[in-house]
Amino acid sequence: MTALAAERISIAFGGVRALDGVSFEAAAGIVFSIIGPNGAGKTTLFNVISGLCVPDDGRVWLGGEDVTALAPERLARRGLSRTFQNLQIFSHLTTLENVMVGRHRHESTGLLADLLHLPAVSWQNRITRDAALKALARVGLAAMAQRPAGSLAYGDLKRLEIARALATEPTVLLLDEPAAGCNPTETKNIETMIRSIVADDITVVLVEHDMRLVMNISDRIHVLANGHTLAEGDAAAIRANPAVIEAYLGAHSAALEPASAVR
Amino acid sequence: MLAEADRFRLLQHHRLFPLIPLAVIIVVLPLLFPSAYYYRVAALVFIFAIAALGLNLLMGFAGQVSLGHAGFMGVGAYAVAIGPSRLGIAPLLAFALGAACSAVLAFVVGRPILRLKGHYLAVATLGFGVLLTIVFTNEAKWTGGPDGMPVQQIIIINWTVHRIGTWYWILAASFLLSAVIALNLIDSPTGRALRAIHDSERAARVLGIEVAQKKLAVFVISAVYASVAGSFFALINGYVTPDASSFLRSIELVAMVVLGGMGSIVGSVVGSAVLVILPQALTVFHEYEHAILGLTLMAVMIFLRRGIVPSLSAALGGTYK
Repeated sequence: MTALAAERISIAFGGVRALDGVSFEAAAGIVFSIIGPNGAGKTTLFNVISGLCVPDDGRVWLGGEDVTALAPERLARRGLSRTFQNLQIFSHLTTLENVMVGRHRHESTGLLADLLHLPAVSWQNRITRDAALKALARVGLAAMAQRPAGSLAYGDLKRLEIARALATEPTVLLLDEPAAGCNPTETKNIETMIRSIVADDITVVLVEHDMRLVMNISDRIHVLANGHTLAEGDAAAIRANPAVIEAYLGAHSAALEPASAVR
Repeated sequence: MLAEADRFRLLQHHRLFPLIPLAVIIVVLPLLFPSAYYYRVAALVFIFAIAALGLNLLMGFAGQVSLGHAGFMGVGAYAVAIGPSRLGIAPLLAFALGAACSAVLAFVVGRPILRLKGHYLAVATLGFGVLLTIVFTNEAKWTGGPDGMPVQQIIIINWTVHRIGTWYWILAASFLLSAVIALNLIDSPTGRALRAIHDSERAARVLGIEVAQKKLAVFVISAVYASVAGSFFALINGYVTPDASSFLRSIELVAMVVLGGMGSIVGSVVGSAVLVILPQALTVFHEYEHAILGLTLMAVMIFLRRGIVPSLSAALGGTYK
């Protein structure tokens, strides 16, 4: 079954074609990676899929439903969540509260109940807090729960964003460069985390520059260059693809080698 | 059995904890008042604290600025003036109608202008406030024009409220109730959503929060707070002029919120206390009154840059909000 599909997505910003007829299909429960050199259109593609950008042309399908140009908040309610390359943390909130906000779509109290603090609100707060604590524990941040999110280290913030996105209970999770700026140990942790997410039947769509991580973890890889699709296949096929090697000439070509060879 | 210290910690984490010291002060204060004048000043502090609380929900928590909130104070003020005298509506009903009018007005105006951000939103709300002042000034047939109009005293079951001492208790209770509602909101799903919007609208939307709807809700709530304050203001003065909704008043409300501390419920009452009491205290300096007031505000913002309550609380190592 296809969890997420893009169909001939095109979008231009001021005459520059950021994406030109990009199509892919991500099967349910896999890690689907989107790679490409800087400016290839990876983040733009994420913005289109998550509803932050409206494409000029093309369609987005989520679980077999046409969700093109649906607002991000509506998409979230249909089970799509994402993280951001440049972190979007609620820095005035505590770590726990950040994740509690991720539970919003599962909360059911009305505005009037909230203003009067009816018993339902205490009950809802408790349920939300428990679920958020679980999500925090899952990414190993339970000890940081009461800290102001703004005071966390960069690597922790990356994991906090993942916990917050997981708290929405998505079927499809878009991870925008989760390992950017992380050291090898942190990257390894993120790899383990992604594996555990997929084990829960969540489809992970990954944009990432760390080729070792991508090659290790991806079931399928889609390569973008200048807004076009360059290639798609599993890790072995992508490594062997001449067009991909061409696009990654220089220092990066080494990164395409099998992980064992790099070590 | 919980140890004494544990029990205190639990109490400290209760959402209404910040109100305990305020309630104590409210009860003790009248014992120190030598004259009716002090009751009047305290009553004004409570009134502006209610308006500042509402604006704080909008600015300090949801991160949306309004430079026209005195406009809603004007709606509340003229509702209790026009309702009983021109339309024969009971004062209490006029009070409620004023709040309802403010809510509807905020809903209608808020939908288009809350799409704007930062400075653009500031200028749009400023325009709204100015517009209301012009209406109150020009519709002389209804409002008495620039000279204003008298306000009938409020009657609760054959009992006329006219003593300032009585007003003190009514306003103190109303202020505490407003603060309870504000603290309720903050510690709720809606409150968390609003605070999230303040930090990142994009992230909030991606997590399923209907940003436009939440902003509108808090705008309407804050308008009702301002309207209630405006009605009280007109009632204790017994008179209302277009000044109630003036641009300067809107700025004063913003200053109260920022001075006391954005996002601090206690800060709102501290901010309004400073801006109500200071001008009265500074009258001894005659022509230098305004200069000293301005200098004081600058000094407070320079040395307590997060506002009086959050800065002092942080300096003392506490987490009092």
